[in-house]
Amino acid sequence: MSQVFRKEVRFSGSGGQGLILDGIVLARAGVLDNYKVTQTQSYGPESRGGSSRADTIISDGDIYYPEAQNIDILVALTQVACDKFIFEMKEDGILIVDNNLVKNISVSIGKIYEEPFTEITLEKLGTELPMNIVTLAFMVKITKIVSEKSLEQAIRDSVKPMHIELNIKAMNLGFDLAKKYL
Amino acid sequence: MAKEKKEKVVENMETEVVAEDTRKVVLMQGNEAVARGALAAGLDFYAGYPITPSTEIAEILSEELPKKGGKFIQMEDEIASICAIIGASLAGAKAMTATSGPGFSLMQEGIGFAKATETPCVVVDVQRGGVSTGLPTKPSQGDIMQSKWGSHGDNPAIVLYPHTVKECYELAIRAINLSEKYRTCVTLLLDEVLGHMREAVKLPDISNVRIVNRLRPTVPPEWYKHYDENQKYISPVASYGEGYRFHVTGLAHDALGFPTNKASEVAAQMKRLKRKITHNIRDLVQIESYMMEDATVAIFAVGICARSAKAAIKAAREYGIKVGLLRPITIWPFPDDAVKKMLRDVDTIIVPELNEGQLINELHRLTKDKADGKIIPIQRSDGEMITPTHIFRVIKEAH
Amino acid sequence: MANIPQKVVHKYLRHNKKFPHVWCPGCSNGTTLGSIIRAIAELNYDRDGITMVSGIGCSSRMPVYVDFNTLHTLHGRALPFATGIKMQKPEQKVIVITGDGDATAIGGNHFIHACRRNIDITTIVLNNNIYGMTGGQYSPTTPTGDRATTSPYGNIDPVFDICELAMAAGATFVARTTAFHALETQDIIKKALEHKGFSVVEVVSACPVIYGRLNKKGGGPEMMMHMRDNSVPLKATEKMTPEQLEGKIVRGIFKQVNKLEYCDAYANLMSQFNVKEEAKK
Repeated sequence: MSQVFRKEVRFSGSGGQGLILDGIVLARAGVLDNYKVTQTQSYGPESRGGSSRADTIISDGDIYYPEAQNIDILVALTQVACDKFIFEMKEDGILIVDNNLVKNISVSIGKIYEEPFTEITLEKLGTELPMNIVTLAFMVKITKIVSEKSLEQAIRDSVKPMHIELNIKAMNLGFDLAKKYL
Repeated sequence: MAKEKKEKVVENMETEVVAEDTRKVVLMQGNEAVARGALAAGLDFYAGYPITPSTEIAEILSEELPKKGGKFIQMEDEIASICAIIGASLAGAKAMTATSGPGFSLMQEGIGFAKATETPCVVVDVQRGGVSTGLPTKPSQGDIMQSKWGSHGDNPAIVLYPHTVKECYELAIRAINLSEKYRTCVTLLLDEVLGHMREAVKLPDISNVRIVNRLRPTVPPEWYKHYDENQKYISPVASYGEGYRFHVTGLAHDALGFPTNKASEVAAQMKRLKRKITHNIRDLVQIESYMMEDATVAIFAVGICARSAKAAIKAAREYGIKVGLLRPITIWPFPDDAVKKMLRDVDTIIVPELNEGQLINELHRLTKDKADGKIIPIQRSDGEMITPTHIFRVIKEAH
Repeated sequence: MANIPQKVVHKYLRHNKKFPHVWCPGCSNGTTLGSIIRAIAELNYDRDGITMVSGIGCSSRMPVYVDFNTLHTLHGRALPFATGIKMQKPEQKVIVITGDGDATAIGGNHFIHACRRNIDITTIVLNNNIYGMTGGQYSPTTPTGDRATTSPYGNIDPVFDICELAMAAGATFVARTTAFHALETQDIIKKALEHKGFSVVEVVSACPVIYGRLNKKGGGPEMMMHMRDNSVPLKATEKMTPEQLEGKIVRGIFKQVNKLEYCDAYANLMSQFNVKEEAKK
């Protein structure tokens, strides 16, 4: 059987961090790159706070089960999320954390990227709100899971017109942060 | 991919989409696909009450219906919602509501009224986890039996069950079409995961969608019978305000719609309600057979469990295990014939479902000469899904 | 108040089909049906343009007798059904016939929300202070202390004032009359039908066979006379002391104001999209 391209991505943290939007934007970018995609989420009753996760699966084959089971890429923005989901990762998976929010990484994983995403976003853009897009763009630059062009288009398609400019800045900030690793 | 298409056999694909998809691929949520499908089918009227995980359907329709001259109203509760759509339908509208378990329970009396009075309408139930208020943001398949038996008295049901976002769109259209064609309340059952899940879909141009409208009377008002006994179970239906001045009641009624206690007239009504379903099984029942040709092990599942099953089948086939899936797309009326064939053809049947055993009872009903050990349940009702790995393990053990 | 000849009244009834009716001897529902029909005749409404909707109960059997578009629904739910019809066909004159239990107990929530929306429906509440159809259980308007089959020791529940309830909830036309005052009922219903918005007419009604018997109120004629002797027109109450008003049924139009009607509000909302109301079909 031929090897199909299939990546399972999980964004995890707490409600209000914009993780579900990350999942949707990545899924849209996947669609633009002509992949099959599914995107699911799990959350509690809280709009803000509480635990939150969004899964995006991108593949060139059919996707039946829509939740990530063997995570290729985990973005963890709280300690709790990191502790919980790191055990669902593939051994050679990629873990991306905000190192102000995640202090301990309990097991070794293929590759770990630690950046103070929230702090840098606040410092460079004057607001920490688009931290989710900074993180997403960082991840895309590192993993090349979707094209940068499609990511930009997906952001434009997913946020309100008045917020596009800020989010594109956030995307570029994320790309810049990733450059030192490439 | 082409090979895979061959392996899927959808029986009775009187599909609602009559031409190839021409539009571009979009990312769409299951709930949104239901709303878009309903609009494509010509939805005129929506009444609803907010409830997780169905609310997106109401939100989208509140935005879209006024643009096309349709009506949207948020009622004071789910009881009012089902009643309002029945009223609107009697006034000529294609009408729909959407809810989740607790609201579906509240709607049952109204659903019975729609069926008894043969008023077309559609109820979407995006099932949540658990009994009672349960788990609002978690999946279950706990309303399978309720969608058949929820309302009191014998009230034959038509219930459709999608497993992809694209199917949400297609079956929303089909639900409205069938409600119009059969003059009844049709239920669309979704899993929470599917309602909230986004998937890449290619939707057809609306001009390629087959639309069914209820039959309208051609006779003058003085000859009109709201339930014409001379028609074969489904008679043309007038709307209020068109000169027909008919009566509608939830009481047992005669051909004109007036209340009756007369046994022969009551029997005629009950017979009509039943036969319009049982005499049209071929039109109503849709199933998908997936890799069943050579299968010795079959999985029988709906909705999200059918997706887990397909993933498990793919893995098991790589080990050389001949396993397939039989998936009812119409769950009520139940696909008795297809299930009987499956019972004959395979050695073992695995029934994964997100409840304590509802679909499996229907298999037992049809199993007279087969040991029950051949039917293996996988049941889960804790708000989590049955994973492909779990099903794969059971397939291997069964093999 | 025009005098409407019998023949005209019959035009609005399913005269040959559905009579005799189910109501008991002495019941005032037939009298009120007469008042409703005469009000409609006076307004010369087209039968095809009227939809009469009811819930469950004695009074809710009314639609089967009238030659309009008619709908006999579920207990308490007449108003949401009517709301669906009115929204879909705003040109229909929608009349809801309901009782005290139907409107204010099981249908209480629908009642207050229909009032709040100010949707153009005329709701006629035939208040006979009892659940008649089920054999005489106490309702939200059974006077405290009275007997019902479920209050054998006297009813301990306080009562709803249907008109106060309707006014507080936002109905824009609210009136009360009694079945005895048949011509006044006809006139008030006519005004209610002409009112654009949600109108509520409470018709104090007599149930001699059950409520009357359980509470020793006499037969039909005695209960009618009680309505005559114990009710006062709203105007007359201005000069009455609270003591004099004790136990009296106040009759008249309590509220009549113009406010944006619900279907009009929806049409306004739709107008920004440039669609025609009945564009399709």
